[in-house]
Amino acid sequence: MQWFNVILQGVLIGGLYAMFAAGLSLIFGVMRLVNIAHGDLIVLAAYISLMVVQSLDVDPLTSLVFVVPAMAAIGYLLQRGLLNRTLGDDLLPPLLVTFGLSIIIQNGLLELFTADSRRLQAGPIEVETFQLAPGVWIGALPLIQFAVAVAVIAGLQGLFYRTALGRAFRATSDDQPVAQLMGLDTRHVFAMAMALSLAVIAIAGVFLAVRTNFDPAIGPARLIFGFEAVIIGGLGSMWGTLAGGIILGVAQAVGAQVDPGWQLLAGHLVFLAILAVRPQGLFPKVSG
Amino acid sequence: MPDEALLDVKAIDAFYGDFQALFSVSISVRTGQVVAVIGANGAGKSTLLKSIAGLMHPHSGEILFDGKPTAGLPAFDMLGRGVALVPEGRRLFPSLTVEENLLIGGQMRRPGPWTLARVYELFPALAERRNLPAPALSGGQQQMAAIGRALMANPRLLLCDEISLGLAPVVVRDIYTQLPRIVAEGLSLIIVEQDIVQALRAANHVYCLQEGRVALHGPAGGLTRETISAAYFGA
Repeated sequence: MQWFNVILQGVLIGGLYAMFAAGLSLIFGVMRLVNIAHGDLIVLAAYISLMVVQSLDVDPLTSLVFVVPAMAAIGYLLQRGLLNRTLGDDLLPPLLVTFGLSIIIQNGLLELFTADSRRLQAGPIEVETFQLAPGVWIGALPLIQFAVAVAVIAGLQGLFYRTALGRAFRATSDDQPVAQLMGLDTRHVFAMAMALSLAVIAIAGVFLAVRTNFDPAIGPARLIFGFEAVIIGGLGSMWGTLAGGIILGVAQAVGAQVDPGWQLLAGHLVFLAILAVRPQGLFPKVSG
Repeated sequence: MPDEALLDVKAIDAFYGDFQALFSVSISVRTGQVVAVIGANGAGKSTLLKSIAGLMHPHSGEILFDGKPTAGLPAFDMLGRGVALVPEGRRLFPSLTVEENLLIGGQMRRPGPWTLARVYELFPALAERRNLPAPALSGGQQQMAAIGRALMANPRLLLCDEISLGLAPVVVRDIYTQLPRIVAEGLSLIIVEQDIVQALRAANHVYCLQEGRVALHGPAGGLTRETISAAYFGA
């Protein structure tokens, strides 16, 4: 029963990793941009939530009403004003620019908020648990977090395959010049994709900040988790990304159970094993 | 003015880096006209179409559409004004279904006669395969979908780049027999072709490009085979 609990915890944290990964995978899929600042943007969302919580005296989950639109707006402007200029045949400029952005965000947050660890307090819901089966306890907050992650993934999947915006994303991803010929302003399509990515980041950032302590330097590790979940799941399917997040979460939980020092190592090992055996990931994009 | 042109390309020069692809090329298209642009490989036909569609910008000279200059307008703005291109090699979006490809063409919502239903009526083969991914279609059906996708934008000028390329002659004939129905809706057409016979049959007016220059032009009926092959091969 103890192992069952461990695996269950891993699955639930996997939802958070899937949210880290979804925005990353979306951006790479639509415009072949690897956003090195992704993790730092997650931390930025956590700090924006902290400011909203402190100044308006609301709980962290309510702060999402402000944080999501704010991050989406930042994403749109960032893409329109900066990242669109780096896109081209060469993959290096966007890598370098987002790497620089990562450093700027980390140091900006350090300047504004110091290196102190922060935490968002969600109140009594944080410790609420209920018994699923004899001996199996589940926390309300991790369960909410997982349910939100599944909803976010389902929402993204629906948006991709059932809406005009999703159609525009896929068309632009397939063939940029022809997308332009069909009347799509690719600069706007890319900016919408980045806005969507950062809206997902906002949700992930707030849940992260409720779950653990955060400080300006933890971004890059979140980028790695997101990246690993994307690669495990395989590019091209949002449900694959969720599966990737869950596999990573379970690997970490099991590793930590064996020896607390093995938590991160176990995750990386599973990632490496899947990369070696199935480099295209578990659910790669099916090419018609 | 009775002969007011819908499209007026005035002495454009176009370059790929240092390589000059067009030398002072001028063509004009009136409403309802079908203009064929013929020429050997590398004569500059596709470059001319890309310049008109806004995918490339001429180095000098001027392009007027509906009397207004189009200098510097990106391709999506040209589509908004009513210029649609059926690109060489069809270039359907492979991860979209046939119907989604058509809907992308129509997402500008320019008013006009072309709707999904009308495109399916024009090319019934597409209606049966509307939910298949685009790469599952045969070459001819893909070409129909590419033409349908451009029509969905309700253009005033349709540019067709090598629609016969790589297709069986019988399929090419099927597609060409539908062109008069398209023109009847009030469109003008520029067709770029290597298949001269097909082009001459469909067009009212012919321009022959040779090494980036207009070597010959005139009404399709008034040109002899000899003058065309002289202009085509530069004999």
